[in-house]
Amino acid sequence: MQRFLLRRLLLTIVTLWLVSVLIFFMARISGDPTTLLIDDYASASTLEDLKASLGLDKSYPEQYWIFLKNAVRGDFGVSIVQKQPVGSLIIQRLPATLYLGLMAFVFSLAVGIPLGVLSSLKRGSLLDQVGKAIALIGQSAPPFWIGIMLMFFFAVRLGWVAPSGREETSSIILPAITLGWFNVAANLRLMRSAMLDVMDTEYIKLARAKGVSSTAVIWQHALRNALIPPLTFAGITLGGLITGSLVAETVFAWPGLGQLAFLAVRDSDYPLLQGVVIAFAAAYLGTAFLVDVFYAYVDPRIRFA
Amino acid sequence: MADNPSRAIQTPPSAPFRLAKLLRRVRRWPIIPLLLLSLVVFSGVTAPWIAPENPRKGDLRARMLPPAWLEGGSADHLLGTDHLGRDIFSRIIHGARISLIVAGVTLGLGGTTGVVLGLLAGWYGKWIDEIIMRVVDIALAIPLVLVALVMVVAVGQSFPSELGGQTGLIILVLAGFFWVRFARLIRGEVLQLKTLDYVALAKVAGATTPRILAVHIFPGVINTLIVLATLQVGFVILVESTLSFLGAGVPPPTPAWGSMVAEGRDFLAGAWWIATMPGLAILLTVMSLNLFGDWLRDSLDPRLRQLATN
Repeated sequence: MQRFLLRRLLLTIVTLWLVSVLIFFMARISGDPTTLLIDDYASASTLEDLKASLGLDKSYPEQYWIFLKNAVRGDFGVSIVQKQPVGSLIIQRLPATLYLGLMAFVFSLAVGIPLGVLSSLKRGSLLDQVGKAIALIGQSAPPFWIGIMLMFFFAVRLGWVAPSGREETSSIILPAITLGWFNVAANLRLMRSAMLDVMDTEYIKLARAKGVSSTAVIWQHALRNALIPPLTFAGITLGGLITGSLVAETVFAWPGLGQLAFLAVRDSDYPLLQGVVIAFAAAYLGTAFLVDVFYAYVDPRIRFA
Repeated sequence: MADNPSRAIQTPPSAPFRLAKLLRRVRRWPIIPLLLLSLVVFSGVTAPWIAPENPRKGDLRARMLPPAWLEGGSADHLLGTDHLGRDIFSRIIHGARISLIVAGVTLGLGGTTGVVLGLLAGWYGKWIDEIIMRVVDIALAIPLVLVALVMVVAVGQSFPSELGGQTGLIILVLAGFFWVRFARLIRGEVLQLKTLDYVALAKVAGATTPRILAVHIFPGVINTLIVLATLQVGFVILVESTLSFLGAGVPPPTPAWGSMVAEGRDFLAGAWWIATMPGLAILLTVMSLNLFGDWLRDSLDPRLRQLATN
């Protein structure tokens, strides 16, 4: 177990470090931010002073070393355009993204699990066909398009919810569905096949033979064991829901990290871009690590695989 | 291994295409997905000749015309026109070309790299395997769209046009992430194949390592490769369209399906078809690829069920 943990932790740290190197050098190539901050008539010496004050006159490896030292302490520098510390901008925006990710997670389980169970019980029925259609569309439709179609029907045509922003409580509904849609499809498929496997086992037959009502057999005896594959998958995709918020936030102007990343890219605001992408990567890798540790603890087969 | 001479020697597990088996299943061919896919491929290949209008030039007097079957629509613009008066049907046809090029080259590059590295990792094992598989682990752990977005925005404009400009960069970035999926799967297959008797016999017969890999191992993984590649085409199209939607994909005015949806977003209330039609094109194409891939998998290699969840 310790060896597994160590190996897994090392992989997470190396990956995060590589992401930071990649992002740092990419952002340097993306263009000179001083041209955005200064007008065309500024003298060469003003430009040099500005570069020196931003630390841009040092060599790239030197800049990276300073960046890394500060980043480990939680200091990602100051946003060039928004003039605020990157760390505090991220912290302001983080709750909105976590809330969106959590709601999408709840949505994907709350819809995918019951639909999966029901479609496994009546194979070939209308409900099963609907389930199959949802699974297929969920895996084939681009999330941004689903978001726009939801916006068109429920906000523009029917006017049930606001089309974008986060002013009302109901504003979360459409972004959460957009983000969770793919996972609904996956949960449904996994739940359906796990239920079919479990319903075929001896202990279910015994329960039936004992005269346990079929409702109790399905929802108490079978469901508990059949839940393992979809829950494992849900854990794995938790990190993906956080980074996936980029698309949902862009479509619905949801004021989270994804939108911040988009602004940073647009303004070529490199300290902000570095900070946001590293925050995303850390959230993604950290979640994946915790989920892996949890499952390795619960299921010994993973440790030795 | 061959301690008992009377025991039957294990032969290669499958001939590459298993034609007879395929023909037996001809009744269950996924007709509709195949038709749709042929249509997409045909549109992509012949786009400049079959598209009724120029996809980049709009007629400002014919802005935001609805599709032909709605009131106010005209037969000249089957799926309507966009906010600049460009014919949506022609743009979708040209968009198919872009999607096919990006997906095709990405999978060509990524697939070849993945197969070669997967063969090497599986065959040689030890430190070669260790290095390749650690790189695979890392690549799988990096959030793809996020990093691709940063790379395209960072170097997209300045990427040499001989290599295809921004579109070329997208292909390189995507291939850089997609080869790992091939490498991982092929490595697993090779680990199984190399323990079989016919491989050992080839070695005894004096075949060189490149020959064993090319003639004896590679044919054994072709089925797996075809299934994986088919299922990945859809995924590459989805990722490319997402990048285009976010403004970091194939640059305008080239009509890419993802950026067409992005342009239509602002006109939802007045002209819903601008965003809807290209999205439908993505949906139908990817759905057909998934259905076709599922069918291929079931026909060629039912062991690969787990590929579906990716």
